[in-house]
Amino acid sequence: MSFHPLMDYGRAHHKSSRAMADEGPAFAYTPEHLATLEDICSRYPPEQRKSAILAALYLAQRQQGYVTRNAMKAVAEAIRCTTAEVEDVVSFYTMFYQRPVGRHVLQVCRTLSCALNGAERVTDELQKVLGIAPGETTADGQFSLFEVECLGACDRAPVVGVNDHWHECQRPEDAKALVEGLRTKGAAVLTGCHLHKETV
Amino acid sequence: MDLILTPHVKTPNGFTLDFYLKQGGYEALRKALAMTPEAVVDLVKASGLRGRGGAGFPTGMKWQFVDKKSPKPKYICCNADESEPGTFKDHVLMERNPHLVFEGCLIGCHAIGAKVAYIYIRGEFYHVQEVLEAELAKARAAGLIGKNIFGTGFDCEIFVHRGAGAYEAGEETALIESLEGKRAQPRLKPPFPAVAGLYGCPTAVNNVETLCNVPPIITHGPEWFAALGPEKNGGPKLYCLSGHVKNPGVYEAPMHVTMRELIYDARYGGGIRGGHALKAVIPGGSSVPILLPDQLDIPASFDGVASAGSMLGSAGIIVMDETTCMVWAAENLLYFYKHESCGKCTPCREGGAWLHNLLGRIERGEGQMKDIDLLESVANNILGKTLCAFGDAAATPVLTTVKLFREEYEAHVREGRCTLPAEWRGASRAMAAH
Ligand code: FES
Repeated sequence: MSFHPLMDYGRAHHKSSRAMADEGPAFAYTPEHLATLEDICSRYPPEQRKSAILAALYLAQRQQGYVTRNAMKAVAEAIRCTTAEVEDVVSFYTMFYQRPVGRHVLQVCRTLSCALNGAERVTDELQKVLGIAPGETTADGQFSLFEVECLGACDRAPVVGVNDHWHECQRPEDAKALVEGLRTKGAAVLTGCHLHKETV
Repeated sequence: MDLILTPHVKTPNGFTLDFYLKQGGYEALRKALAMTPEAVVDLVKASGLRGRGGAGFPTGMKWQFVDKKSPKPKYICCNADESEPGTFKDHVLMERNPHLVFEGCLIGCHAIGAKVAYIYIRGEFYHVQEVLEAELAKARAAGLIGKNIFGTGFDCEIFVHRGAGAYEAGEETALIESLEGKRAQPRLKPPFPAVAGLYGCPTAVNNVETLCNVPPIITHGPEWFAALGPEKNGGPKLYCLSGHVKNPGVYEAPMHVTMRELIYDARYGGGIRGGHALKAVIPGGSSVPILLPDQLDIPASFDGVASAGSMLGSAGIIVMDETTCMVWAAENLLYFYKHESCGKCTPCREGGAWLHNLLGRIERGEGQMKDIDLLESVANNILGKTLCAFGDAAATPVLTTVKLFREEYEAHVREGRCTLPAEWRGASRAMAAH
């Protein structure tokens, strides 16, 4: 019985439904990443290593590009928790990828302030230029396209995240230049955060 | 008024420790450490400082509730998850005035007897985190963070904790869960964090901007702070303007400033872009009721906005001009709420998706008149039925747009299309609407 008499229960896909990642290739942290992880663990009480689970996942993702089930096992070992606990976390947070993504991961903010400033058209143009739909990766493995939620830079709308960087005030007509620029010059073509640039 | 929180946002190297010290930085901490923790809490209480994260709860009370007699460690969690759509003020404070954030954390720790503060920063603020970590290291090297600060015997650490993409982590108990290495899902309250928060220990969760107000209160006193704004709405406030305004950005003003001034005054938003007429304003992040153009002559204070039937919330002011379709705007926001629901409570997890489906149907011109009532019915069944405020937040964009723009919904149904397909919207989506 649904909590609303006119609506069906349990039909919508929700991120709380778990999907198992692929086993993936064998995974072991590099010694540098293990040392970084130990340093991060030391920020929490010794019996609370689990607090470092997101950090451990970031390191795994940095090392392998995405988080496989084998990587989750390594995280569980390092954090001293179960793989199920790691999987629980990975499947919840949007910043962990469970399959390979492109070298440049374009994340167009689609939330209201960006949408009011043309974000939908930015996505449309990037789709055309790249020949992929949101959620997909180009065949050459160079680009992935995602629509994401408010990045906290709504005064510079529309904002596109590219890996860990920001690209502000992106216009639809700039899509081609952005893609070409990333291809040839990499992250150097990105505006970055205006606060950072204006004043450092 | 002189700027208090953001005077050096545009100054080259204004974010560095050297610069901050030259402006008298960390002197408030020195002063606070010479006071008893109780005296600090009393001072903050007397100032009337209200939380800047959204709820506007008095900060001094929050600190007073922290169970000091507990033998367990205490914690400050600085909420830097800033994920409310239309909100980007904490971003400015952390990137351009990080030592004010640290000083606020340290004074907070002294006040509640904590030895550690965690700054929970959203994962997308990677470049901000880099600034914070670099400046933290400098403050640590200068002896301002760590053991025996100012030779007073006060030990305190600050750590930055990076989230990984979850709006819900901005809710204080969900933030704590996330800090503990779990899914960011809210807890049943009580117990409140002040009694059992991080690791089951007494904890105060405070927003970045809230903590930034603490050092000036210590320096200039509670009377000065309270006198800066209207009664019970003292101190400086940061406003985030976005959407169809000429000058989007973060502006600091006392809460005497009116909504109209913020949107139209040349010092702030500078009016509506492209000579268009204003249609609707969401004054406090995406989840509060809409204000109409004739409702803007109110102080942009907690109580002022509440008197107009909305909420100041996170002070994220989203401005929409006459080209904006309100069904589309609601659909846009409900996609957000559907996507970001943490899934713990059924009404929000299922209901958010239902609302989004219904809105999509109407926006595409496939809706029926009874769908509009169904929208209201579903939204009203989410309202007040979830553990955290997220459920209400998801229902509000639907209820407020149906209430104020019902004729627009009806026109969509009658004409079987989106009746306001703006040129700035996506071609494919506008086509789909026809
Ligand atoms: S709406 Fe795009 S950054 Fe906030």
